Amino acid sequence: MINQPQSLADNEKWLGRAMIAPAIVYIAALVGVPFFLALYYSVSDITVGSKEMSFIGLDNFRHLLHNRTFLRALRNTFIFAFVSQALVLVLAKALALSLLRDFRGKWVVRLLILLPWVAPISLGSIGWLWILDSVYSVINWSCRALGIFGPMTWPIWLGQPTLAMASIITVHVWRLLPLATVILLGGLTSIPQDIHDAAAVDGAGFWRHNFQITIPLVLPIMLVAMLFGVVFAFTDMIVIYVLTRGGPYDTTQVLASLAFFTGIDGGDLAAGAAIALFLFPVLAVSAFLLLRLARRTEVT
Amino acid sequence: MSAGMYKAKAWGVKGANFGILAAFIAFTAFPFYWMLMTMFKETRDLMNPNHNPYLFHMRPTLEHLRVLFFDTLYLQWLWNTAFVGFLVVLITLVTAIPAGYSLARLTGKTGERLGIGIFLTYLVPPTILFIPLSKVISSVGLQDSLYSLVLVYPSFTIPFCTWLLMGFFKVIPKDIEEAAMIDGHSRLGAFWKVVMPMSVAGVLTVVIFTFTLVMQEFVYGLTFITAASRFTVSVGVPTFLVRGDVYFWGSLMGACFIASVPIAILYNLFVDRFIAGFTVGAIK
Repeated sequence: MINQPQSLADNEKWLGRAMIAPAIVYIAALVGVPFFLALYYSVSDITVGSKEMSFIGLDNFRHLLHNRTFLRALRNTFIFAFVSQALVLVLAKALALSLLRDFRGKWVVRLLILLPWVAPISLGSIGWLWILDSVYSVINWSCRALGIFGPMTWPIWLGQPTLAMASIITVHVWRLLPLATVILLGGLTSIPQDIHDAAAVDGAGFWRHNFQITIPLVLPIMLVAMLFGVVFAFTDMIVIYVLTRGGPYDTTQVLASLAFFTGIDGGDLAAGAAIALFLFPVLAVSAFLLLRLARRTEVT
Repeated sequence: MSAGMYKAKAWGVKGANFGILAAFIAFTAFPFYWMLMTMFKETRDLMNPNHNPYLFHMRPTLEHLRVLFFDTLYLQWLWNTAFVGFLVVLITLVTAIPAGYSLARLTGKTGERLGIGIFLTYLVPPTILFIPLSKVISSVGLQDSLYSLVLVYPSFTIPFCTWLLMGFFKVIPKDIEEAAMIDGHSRLGAFWKVVMPMSVAGVLTVVIFTFTLVMQEFVYGLTFITAASRFTVSVGVPTFLVRGDVYFWGSLMGACFIASVPIAILYNLFVDRFIAGFTVGAIK
């Protein structure tokens, strides 16, 4: 037994490599390869039907930068992601604080708060489509019944550019709030009670306590919540696809939805790929920041 | 301050807390409550602007659900989702379990970097990949086939599940495997006979997450599939039931409610582990 040459089942080095190989191959083939294909497509003239493609340099990008729909989509993408994240962080902090203490029936409350995150977003968005309906909107009905809207006021939530943008931001906030809340809650519960007690003994009031103790301590985890939220909001096209399809008149188009409508519905794969690639810098920055955070927490 | 004032203040804090929570729940859960109300209401009741939408003016009806289950492809879509989900779970388990173990025990410092690298691929969104993948799928002849989804979905379930399982394997004490190896098991044998039975909870978590990720996926499903009978539920309902000018709101809301709430409850049971994988994983 002892003198036998080591079999693969015992050789840690080779066993380790063999066990991780399938995962690496799968990811390389279906994330790595398509990613480089996307880079290549963006400098080509490929369409859905074409058998051949030729290199056309940066023409796709040059055309995009003169395309008003694209510029609008680029701007919208940033507005949607950052406005919704700012709202999510403030709301999530408030919600996490009120979920901190234990009470009876907490699990039901948590389930109800988590629903938007755990239910498929394409289906949740349809719920909103009905709530924001142009004729039967329950919001309009309620506001009129309560006297908030006069007899002449009847907003068409998804049909007017500003209202449509506000509606989409609301649905993003609705969708991402639960995730940020649960992440923050994890951060808040990990602060030792001693620190809170010491601050109370020293006479720190609510705001001071919040801004000088709680927030600095949960800052790294808040950043994690924010980065994931930005990535989700930035790359999402589902909410837009279901609620407005980018309308009215492309005023709510974002990069992801425009890439879909151009590349798949329109068949211009090259332009679609070029549009989607504009998302990449933001993702790269997010990944970089996450790694920085990882390193910092490792040191301390 | 007297004891009474303390008590009053405590009640005040409790009351404020309760109010905040109630407001948030109204925001997060209202669309689902609204789905539930709508799916049982007569269309004539829904479409009468003079009716208070919060009340039933006619007897609740099951007609919308009958239409949904018998006159649409809804059951077929649910079945498609289950079929794809099952196969993706299988592929994910077969690749992510060994990979997670390898990262946790066998690859050392390089493995740690590799692990972070694998996790970061989770950040590469379908939005960048769906255009080249659509070409790849059609060149291998899988367009309009459920197998295109079976092939592509593991590309986002494997990274996340590998990462999650690595965390599970790391907390199992090394002594247990070493004892098994002294007893004559090989390294692989120790993993299979000793570590795996202790990791049932981790594997179960992976199964649930993989399934919910499959259920939530939309972009690839929309891109690769065009035949209505081969949609998954998250694509079929918004594209096929919504398209056209006539909205069958009752059936539509029923479709959304039935497909989302059970999976939400299931997911809820595992959400803490999920968040641990998300954050501790990301920052440690």
